[in-house]
Amino acid sequence: MKVTNNQVIRLADIEFLSYDNFFSNVNEALNHDEAHCVHYFAKPNPDRDGEFSLFCLIANDAHHDIDLLASVINKRDELQSLTAQHLCLHPFEREMHELYDICFVGHPWLKPLRYSHDRKAGGDIYDYPFYEIDSEELHRVGVGPIHAGIIEPGHFRFICEGEKILHLEIQLGWQHRGIENLFVEKKKLLQRATLSENIAGDTVVGHATAFAHIAESLAGWNTPEWLEIERAIALEQERIAVHTGDLSGICTDVAYQLGNAVFGRLRTPMINYMQKWCGSRFAKSLIRPFKTNFIFTEQLAEEWQNTIDKYKPDFVEMAEQMFDLPSVLSRIERTGIVTKENALNIGLVGMPAKSSGLLRDTRKSHPWGAYKDVDFQPIVKTSGDVYARARMRYEEVLASIELIQRLIAQRKETVMTDISDAPRTWSAQPESLAISLTEGWRGEICHVAITDKEGELALYKIKDPSMHNWLGLALAVRGNGISDFPICNKSFDLSYCGHDL
Amino acid sequence: MFESLKIWLHQGKQYIPDVETTEVPGIFRGRPVIKAGVSVDEKALQELCPMNAIDVNPLSIDLGKCSFCGECAFAYPEKISFTKDFKMGHNIRERLIIKEGEDQPIRIDADAVRKEIRRLFGRSLKLRQVSAGGDGSCEMELNATGNVNFDVGRFGIDFVASPRHADGIVLTGPVSENMADSFLDAYDAVPDPKVLILAGTDAISGGLFAGSPAVRRSVLDDIKVDLYLPGNPVHPLTFVNGVLGLLGRMKS
Ligand code: SF4
Repeated sequence: MKVTNNQVIRLADIEFLSYDNFFSNVNEALNHDEAHCVHYFAKPNPDRDGEFSLFCLIANDAHHDIDLLASVINKRDELQSLTAQHLCLHPFEREMHELYDICFVGHPWLKPLRYSHDRKAGGDIYDYPFYEIDSEELHRVGVGPIHAGIIEPGHFRFICEGEKILHLEIQLGWQHRGIENLFVEKKKLLQRATLSENIAGDTVVGHATAFAHIAESLAGWNTPEWLEIERAIALEQERIAVHTGDLSGICTDVAYQLGNAVFGRLRTPMINYMQKWCGSRFAKSLIRPFKTNFIFTEQLAEEWQNTIDKYKPDFVEMAEQMFDLPSVLSRIERTGIVTKENALNIGLVGMPAKSSGLLRDTRKSHPWGAYKDVDFQPIVKTSGDVYARARMRYEEVLASIELIQRLIAQRKETVMTDISDAPRTWSAQPESLAISLTEGWRGEICHVAITDKEGELALYKIKDPSMHNWLGLALAVRGNGISDFPICNKSFDLSYCGHDL
Repeated sequence: MFESLKIWLHQGKQYIPDVETTEVPGIFRGRPVIKAGVSVDEKALQELCPMNAIDVNPLSIDLGKCSFCGECAFAYPEKISFTKDFKMGHNIRERLIIKEGEDQPIRIDADAVRKEIRRLFGRSLKLRQVSAGGDGSCEMELNATGNVNFDVGRFGIDFVASPRHADGIVLTGPVSENMADSFLDAYDAVPDPKVLILAGTDAISGGLFAGSPAVRRSVLDDIKVDLYLPGNPVHPLTFVNGVLGLLGRMKS
């Protein structure tokens, strides 16, 4: 069945196909370049041992809708792997295998995904089955889980020929906190909102907005336009702040000290703006379902303009210099390439997809709230290298500045409505499924909730864009010198905890 | 070259001259004050807090659990307010609990600081950071402590790449089960004597993850913690002042 972003579906209305039919439907849907899987997961059926419902959500960017395909299976069934046809599904089948011991026959690498605490399969995190190579000439390099800098943990295992990377395998799961289960266990709305802000600390607005939409749509609450505009302003401001910080990081990794220091200090007023708005540099506490504690006032609008007036000339000056310096360009051009073909195959989303010529931006393809009315064109680059992903950030920052300007103008014209009678607690329609897509700075975020007979959460699924994109990094570094790994890594800047949940 | 010099010139002075007295721009929810003599429905107040940070008899807020969301102050503005005081670090866990009627600055208890810490690290402290389930925000704030604004390097405080080069560990995150052993490995690799600093709500109490079977907080049971730094995430100024306090380097 076709659904749209932020729609709620009654479970009774979902058609459950046989796995064979489900398989061919998913297979066919994913054969189109404009379609990609936004989530695919299993839900145990509590009354029947070994039985699971599968839900696969395939977004079609051309039709602006999402195909919801479902099936009921038993874990003793012989299920043909869909990943064998569409690599983009690899993490989803691996997750189901790890959590429930569902076997997908023919999956090219049915390895543990994140070593969830409640896994039924997968062994010990210190005993991950890495690919090995038997050779006198090649060597392995292992990095992590703890890295040299102040950053989250993950393990990278390289197979190199001299300095050249032939293969990289990324082993994740170190950050697993059981956050999806906590959404179900913590019953207070405010607890869940707080959890959503802690999924990935660099994408607070992105994930908190996705959760707010889930809660609001399940309650049948129409989010007022003014509130959606304010959330969009916050989302774009988050994009500006992180992109600026990432440009600083990319400069660090090519040993360009001026760029590192200047972008680093330019990030400060961007996150301090969030501080002025809501008291947190990372916008924790800003986005709340059914309400806001921090109305975007005229004064804040003015303050934003003043901050940007100071920021923008310095930002542009620094970026123009950076993208003009041969010593920087020689490190980032043609480094860490992901071809469009590979991007399509592995289901890349967001900024790295757009840097490889693949337009994937849910603000445009599956717009919500304020993005339905505001005019903007996503930026697309074609070279797929570190340069493209760096340049993408520069241009996206400028685009987000313009976008916020338009949003502020729109906000001024929008009448504030009274929302004091909105729900204050979790109040969801029973036996339903809700889906919410949001375009964070990194790319597409997807949250899905399923409620039980009482309207309580039976399942909460979270997908950070990192889930798709980690494989992109692994492919990007092939054939590159191992010394270029840090810039490739920074150019993706993926989330560990967003993946590990 | 000229372009670079011009850019350099355009930066002006960015560092914060006095990290003890500077003011955080805009709203900042720092050390809270619970006003005595105002009666509220304490049970409702306790119930409202998402972090389980509020206790009754006496009414108190545990900064080691609080996420600084401000909801309690919005609901009961006449009872609870947050000051802009970012100096919230303490070396004794219980002292992070702010009771009704208290409104004094939080200061490290010098008598409880091990003597060798100030003697050996007073002028130079090298730290290794370990994230064990941290969401990335505390990590970014710890990175920011070294940027041109906060510039902790000027106090001889630095983050280093190897635990072998470090005098201690700064831990972020609730200690995920999958990272627990690696954290211990890093801690053991730091030469003695060493310090352990818990940065942020998740590290101090586990935050919302405290009861999750995916975390293993028990690894902290047998380790001496030298400094607790509240925040979600911890603000760079809370970090700098906390560490300076631990080292006995505060002017005030
Ligand atoms: S600010 Fe702290 S004490 Fe107050 S409601 Fe939020 S978490 Fe609880």
